[in-house]
Amino acid sequence: MKESAAMPLFKRVAEADREPLPFTLDGQSAQGMRGDTLLTAILTCSEHLRGSDFNGEPRAGFCLMGACQDCWVRLADGRRVRACSTFLEAGASVTRDPGRRP
Amino acid sequence: MKPLDYDAIVVGGGIVGSSAALFLARGGQRVALLERDFCGSHSSGVNYGGVRRQGRPLSQLPLSMRAHVIWSQLREWIGIDGEYTRSGHLKLARSDADFASLQAYARRTADFDLQLQLLDRAALRERFPWVGDIAVGASYCPEDGHANPRLVSPAFAQAARRHGAEVVEQCAVQAVEHDGQRFTVHASNGQLYRAPWLLNCAGAWSARLAERFGEAVPLSAAHPAMLVTEPLPLFMTASTGVEGGGIYARQVARGNCILGGGRGFALTPTTARPGQAAVLEILRNATELYPALTGAQAIRTWSGTEGYLPDDEPVIGPSHTQLGLLHGFGFAGAGFQIGPAAGEALAQCILDGGPAHSLAAFCISRFQQPPHQKENLS
Amino acid sequence: MSEIVIIGAGPAGIRAAQTLAAHGVKPVLLDEAGRGGGQIYRQQPANFTRNAKILYGFEAAKAQALHTTLSNLQEQIDYRPDTLVWNAEQQVLDTLHQGQRAGRLNYSRVIVASGATDRVLPVPGWTLPGVYTLGAAQIALKFQGCAIGEKVVLAGSGPLLYLVAYQYAKAGARVSAVLDTSPFSAQVRALPGLLRQPATFAKGLYYRTWLPLKGIPVHQGVKLLEIQGHQRASGIRWLQAGREQQLPCDAVALAHALRSETQLADLLGCQFAWNPLNRAWLPVRDPQGRSSVPQVYLAGDGAGILGADGAEMTGELAALALLQDLGKQVDGARRDQLLKRLANLQRFRHGLEQAFPFPEYWAAEAADELVVCRCEQITAGEVRDAVRAGHWEINRVKAMCRVGMGRCQGRVCGAAAAEIIACESGRPIEQIGRLRGQAPVKLLPFGLEISS
Repeated sequence: MKESAAMPLFKRVAEADREPLPFTLDGQSAQGMRGDTLLTAILTCSEHLRGSDFNGEPRAGFCLMGACQDCWVRLADGRRVRACSTFLEAGASVTRDPGRRP
Repeated sequence: MKPLDYDAIVVGGGIVGSSAALFLARGGQRVALLERDFCGSHSSGVNYGGVRRQGRPLSQLPLSMRAHVIWSQLREWIGIDGEYTRSGHLKLARSDADFASLQAYARRTADFDLQLQLLDRAALRERFPWVGDIAVGASYCPEDGHANPRLVSPAFAQAARRHGAEVVEQCAVQAVEHDGQRFTVHASNGQLYRAPWLLNCAGAWSARLAERFGEAVPLSAAHPAMLVTEPLPLFMTASTGVEGGGIYARQVARGNCILGGGRGFALTPTTARPGQAAVLEILRNATELYPALTGAQAIRTWSGTEGYLPDDEPVIGPSHTQLGLLHGFGFAGAGFQIGPAAGEALAQCILDGGPAHSLAAFCISRFQQPPHQKENLS
Repeated sequence: MSEIVIIGAGPAGIRAAQTLAAHGVKPVLLDEAGRGGGQIYRQQPANFTRNAKILYGFEAAKAQALHTTLSNLQEQIDYRPDTLVWNAEQQVLDTLHQGQRAGRLNYSRVIVASGATDRVLPVPGWTLPGVYTLGAAQIALKFQGCAIGEKVVLAGSGPLLYLVAYQYAKAGARVSAVLDTSPFSAQVRALPGLLRQPATFAKGLYYRTWLPLKGIPVHQGVKLLEIQGHQRASGIRWLQAGREQQLPCDAVALAHALRSETQLADLLGCQFAWNPLNRAWLPVRDPQGRSSVPQVYLAGDGAGILGADGAEMTGELAALALLQDLGKQVDGARRDQLLKRLANLQRFRHGLEQAFPFPEYWAAEAADELVVCRCEQITAGEVRDAVRAGHWEINRVKAMCRVGMGRCQGRVCGAAAAEIIACESGRPIEQIGRLRGQAPVKLLPFGLEISS
């Protein structure tokens, strides 16, 4: 899925002074902070978390409380987790499922 | 209320009853179909969705082969394709003994042209690489497949209605009488329905009507454990079964995998749930058979209420105690594929005076014989 | 070994645990989250530094009291965070710990305090990145120190709309507008009810008047038309006094009040009844929180939206009822006082509903192309097709068109689907049935471990 601009979705407005945690997103180096969920870490540097299963359109979560199930991402060990409910760990390797185009 | 007169009354709107109603209506009969809940909402609607001949006892194969033809014409009969696909049915063997059973079945059924292909380990790996190493071989039936029971079963009832059948849902049968000429059915909607023919297609609840007319049957209810996954990348190229029992699975075009295995339990006489142990079993062990499920999530589980007779064979055909009464029930969780042919056979009893294929193997009288005569029926 | 179990460590669950512990009972407190507090009093990660006042504003004292209570209870209760209850059968709960380990817990009595999520009425464009629920917008700020965008529009209705707008603006996030579907006149008419909780009302009024003073436009009586954007939200269109308006934005927070999480009560066999105030099916409870099932008690927003104060009260009441049913002595005066306060709160709730009425026009005006079920990509038109084919019972419609079959299990789409089915079938919404609870109440992973 192409990103039209590198502008992230989320904006940090507080708690800026935290330990940086490097991670990989789709093979690219990225950086979050300790205490970030995967959702925060990803959406403060990009625009989506996954692609819809049925038309590949970008999704970036919705409820942030583990209800909507629209924030699933994949970890290096093959496990899939809800990005909103999973904390970022240093060195995490996260990939985003592109979904399926019709 | 004035009684309503019909040529035939079908009790039970599952796939058997609904298809019987459809064939009767198309044959010009005035039919009333009475369904306690919604048509196709019980076993016919919640089963695995396998549309298969492979694995059935020989006694069922003639009817099953006829059903295979009906399924090939599904859209003409019910107006929708119901997600029916001839994906092939792959029956897996987890041991050499199981594989030997599959080979024996292929030999026994050779006359029925199921086109079974026995695959040893190497052939299985090559043609179906998504099957786990735990399988030592398989029997592949290329024209078997699967469909969406939630769509197909109700569609038979709707097709019956389009051909003039009176389909009444949310309507339970409270009492049935026979005056020597015809049946009178007292329904929960306050209506009386009368007809010379009565079809007992009430699924797991058919024993009551059978007993009412002096034909008690040892019908018991069992409940499958079913599970569906989230949409996944497509990898299953056939619907599976497991020789000797196990976790069977199919994948639909949208990507969800449907899995079944183990047992559930009755919550009420009409509702059931999968057993927690069965669900966990599937989640623990399915990846042995289908490694691509690793990392996948289960969205939903369900169960249903299926009617079983002790020999796992249905009762199909005329009553031996009451003229005009036909039975079609007890399909032991395997009624989806064969159901439309069973319904047709029942309709033929009325339209043509008898079924095109012998129903002797499914005669209700096998449960009415005195004990010392039962051996003669096997 | 049979336990007394509380499901949920939000305000209701914490007060229930505290009450039981105070009477010598040691309950098991299960919570899906890693830290207690529920949603409204969600605790930030341990290494965050904002104080309670910044996080919870006027509710800081309440939030802190609850967190401290839970913390102090550790010795007296068996507190198990990161534990989801995914199934309930007779006397047994099925759990999943840390998303991986399945377990079973026998219970003799259970208090269900499962909370609520936002109620969503879809708007064209609502599945775009940048669109979140009001609750999500609040969590982003409270729990992660983030705003959901640079230029945020808050839309929908309910008291949360103004609270989140206020919180965002206070935190330095840019709120481009607040779009309230409720007309100002509704809020005026609701005054008598709202005045039942003067402190709460005052706070609401404060937020409401503060916003325009800070230059944040507040528009009421709007009809949301569309969230614009291609790969992400870039603007929002609405109708106001018959005229179309538009505003660029890069994030929208959307919701119309809350909906209760009732799946566990359903699996536990509780009787449900249609609740017109909540416009939802809710498990039936007696004034103290006893359900129709003898061993099951209900507390908090999971049994009907009452808010955080109501949750604390009903949590304590449910625990008192449980204790009474065990034959223990409880403080009758305290119980009666809580019941009285609760009755007053109910009247306030009626006022809130009047002030922020449900947009009943929504279903009739939803376009066929509008996606209602975002998991399965099912449109309003497809739901209507199922109804036109003769199906009207919601589980039947679900089986036919797949609405509610996705990963969210109907949480996000259920309310909207019911509205469309009712509208299209011409049946009153309370007569189309309710989505049947099925285990697991949240997704279960293949390859999970099983605790012995």
